[in-house]
Amino acid sequence: MTVHFKQDTPDDSNRLDGMKQGVLGKSIRRVEGMAKVTGTAPYSAEYPIADCAEGVLVTSTITRGKVVSIDKDAVLSMPGVLAVIDDPAMTTRAAQGTADEAPQQEPGTVCYWGQPIALVVAETFEQARDAAKHLPINYREDPSAPLDPQAVEAEEQEDETVRQGDLDHAMATAAHSVDVTYTTKGHASAAMEPHASIAQWDGDKLTVYASLQMLNYNISELADALGMEEENVRLVSRFVGGGFGSKLGVSEDVVAAAIASKEVGRPVRVVMSRQQVFQCVMRRSETTQHLRLAADENGKLIGFGHHALVSNLPGETFAEPVLQSSHFLYGGENRDLMLEVARIHRMTAGSVRAPGEAVGMPALEGAMDVLAEKAGIDPVELRLKNIPEEDPEEGLPFSSHKLAECLRQGADAFGWDSGPRSPRHTCEGEWWVGTGMASAARVHNIAEAKSRVTLKADGSAVVETDMTDIGTGTYTILAQLAGEMLGLEPAQVLVELGDTKNPRGPGSGGSWGAASIGSAVYIACKAVREELGQRLGVGETELELKDGKAASGESLVSLLDGNDLSREGHYEPGDIKDDFTASGFGAFFAQVRVNRFTGETRVDRMLGAFGFGRVLNHKTARSQCLGGITWSIGVALTEALEFDPRDGHLVNCDLAEYHVPVHRDVPDLEVVLVEERDPAASPIQAKGIGELGMCGGAAAIANAIYNACGARIFDYPMTPDRVLAAMPD
Amino acid sequence: MTDTISVNGQQHTLPSDPRTSLLDFLRHDLGLTGTKKGCDHGQCGACTVIVNGIRINSCLTLAAMHDGDEVTTIEGLGTPDNPSALQKAFLEHDGFQCGYCTPGQICSATAMLQEIANNWPSDASESLEGEMAATGEEIRERMSGNLCRCGAYANIVAAISEVAEESA
Ligand code: FES
Ligand code: FES
Repeated sequence: MTVHFKQDTPDDSNRLDGMKQGVLGKSIRRVEGMAKVTGTAPYSAEYPIADCAEGVLVTSTITRGKVVSIDKDAVLSMPGVLAVIDDPAMTTRAAQGTADEAPQQEPGTVCYWGQPIALVVAETFEQARDAAKHLPINYREDPSAPLDPQAVEAEEQEDETVRQGDLDHAMATAAHSVDVTYTTKGHASAAMEPHASIAQWDGDKLTVYASLQMLNYNISELADALGMEEENVRLVSRFVGGGFGSKLGVSEDVVAAAIASKEVGRPVRVVMSRQQVFQCVMRRSETTQHLRLAADENGKLIGFGHHALVSNLPGETFAEPVLQSSHFLYGGENRDLMLEVARIHRMTAGSVRAPGEAVGMPALEGAMDVLAEKAGIDPVELRLKNIPEEDPEEGLPFSSHKLAECLRQGADAFGWDSGPRSPRHTCEGEWWVGTGMASAARVHNIAEAKSRVTLKADGSAVVETDMTDIGTGTYTILAQLAGEMLGLEPAQVLVELGDTKNPRGPGSGGSWGAASIGSAVYIACKAVREELGQRLGVGETELELKDGKAASGESLVSLLDGNDLSREGHYEPGDIKDDFTASGFGAFFAQVRVNRFTGETRVDRMLGAFGFGRVLNHKTARSQCLGGITWSIGVALTEALEFDPRDGHLVNCDLAEYHVPVHRDVPDLEVVLVEERDPAASPIQAKGIGELGMCGGAAAIANAIYNACGARIFDYPMTPDRVLAAMPD
Repeated sequence: MTDTISVNGQQHTLPSDPRTSLLDFLRHDLGLTGTKKGCDHGQCGACTVIVNGIRINSCLTLAAMHDGDEVTTIEGLGTPDNPSALQKAFLEHDGFQCGYCTPGQICSATAMLQEIANNWPSDASESLEGEMAATGEEIRERMSGNLCRCGAYANIVAAISEVAEESA
């Protein structure tokens, strides 16, 4: 039985706080954690499938053109080689998040350097890798491949454009104004587990073990690519070694493995090399951002301008949504916002953790620091002054708004000095020491979701959905949620995720997972409770369940009387999506040291305070914030994709050359969780936290660099060469 | 030449293909998939195992080079029924998220604490001589070859510090 609930109005009933088990929100250990720390959790390449052949992708060494011929015979004679596959159904890019249909196919048409064009299948990985390296390919190159985003005419994304009032006039007449241009480099998700698939056919039924974030969409993307019915496809992703956007859409390995397995009549495994993950999945676009802020003599914004230029391949619908939070974070009645996309032949641009805010917020919050200095106002105070009452463009109310609390509690916990600020106030040996802060904002997303909850005759429970846990804590929070509702300890709740044979969840992405799938589980549990209540003769709202018993003393086991009780919950966001502006908010505070001779920046300490609705598990929520802050350090100081200007290929395509933060780059971090209930965010009053922790954090570091040494830098990342060049004598 | 290698106390015959890395031998030939492949180029530490007591990146060495060696992988450090102190501490401190770097972090930390106990210096050490201590900065420096893209570093250091204190 399925219970469908479409949410049109805020839910103030706050039922979860009235439950008796007392496990939701608690800081409990991950339920799948023991499998992870003992190496017994199977990731997609690790299923022990008998007779599995190995496939290695071959990628293009030209930027644009056609594959004229592939000399398959040259490698088919090599030891162990089974097949060379260049089927036109193979995909050449990863699908964009929620695409729901096949991405670009036809590997014979090359659109970017590094694009997959063939797959070599052999008995062993060593044989396949060797043959792939030796596969002769003839191309016909098309030399007209624009590569520089600044050199082509850009397309305006019209739905992002906002023009209110007269910003030029406001800028000209304002007491204080800031007009600055920031740049950010491209970023890679660089999830630690490379994309990998094992495909296996049983007649016309296909099963693929793959490393994907959104099975609900991926199954359609895969079925569409292969021209199959979805009911003949099963995707399994029980453990995903990180995603950060790179596994939102079906990737090239999945379709290639499926086609190859059919052709060789055996299961086939395809694991991308680290270089392939970098070069043929997704990049975050570089950005150029023009910020204009106009404020009155008290520092209150009267004008707000944010223009951004990003890039992508021709035909891709995704444009890094740089302005996402700029639309509502601060007031200012004269507004001018615009997003443009340059069409170039670098690899596909798509979602990398916190698309939009990850780069938009560091620019905006850097500009706010410049304004604070010009206006002579404490940076925390400047933000507090500019929090709008309602969405300044749409006129909508906010679902909830914790920015002020985050700023105040964060400043308090950090020990923020709100006195006058000027650079170079502290020197310790070779190091200038300074502090900086920034606001955090990340739009709240929510999606349709389904889940089945079964109370077993033995009094335990099972939660089933195709939702994934990419390290975010889904297994654990769903066990807590169902446990809370059904009066069970989380250990008595088995959560089965990552399999499309289960009811369809929303997938993990855009921080929408927990609130969306949690709401489906909540609805299913409520339906189970209703049935239990009827059996006991009490209403669902009066029913008290704790430790496997009702308040009357009757146990779940006796109420179930030898039978399972199962309900499916189907959550759908209705008018709440349109009636409110919903976002997570927060504040970052950082202290850095900048070396006066080398320009090297070290982060001494960093704190983030965040408000994102109900906290479902303090431990895993805090970990998500720690991860986000760690990414902020990468954005601020080290992470940058570098493209060859001659052919557009990604040069630093591995973990030695693309610098993600390492242990020694990350100090002790502090996280303040500002508890709230957001009734318009979801029935469980939760919002997402997977991305908020990196939305603005880089600016806290940039602003601290300025406060430390006086180098005001407008280009991320702030590498030593840039810091030195900007440092005053 | 014995053509055998000991893995977690069990003897195995070395692979016939000389190209097989120790990592692929463990993961593929022996089915010990707890050891992870993150880069295959010695850049991430996910493949860290302990060979004759020393931590190494198993992707950077060929299986054939380990004739007669003793290898310990994450599976050899502890099991779900009998986890090691570090495995328990990682669980308690949430020293991981996706879990993919985790076996490498734990193998690396296991051997790293021994290096400190043996007074081997690091870049973070004040002196090349004398007693080494498992300070936060020492742990961070010595663990910097183990990347965690989920950004669990702060919790990993907390977990390792706890075990270091207990055994000190
Ligand atoms: S897989 Fe060996 S260091 Fe990355
Ligand atoms: S836990 Fe995911 S990479 Fe470390």
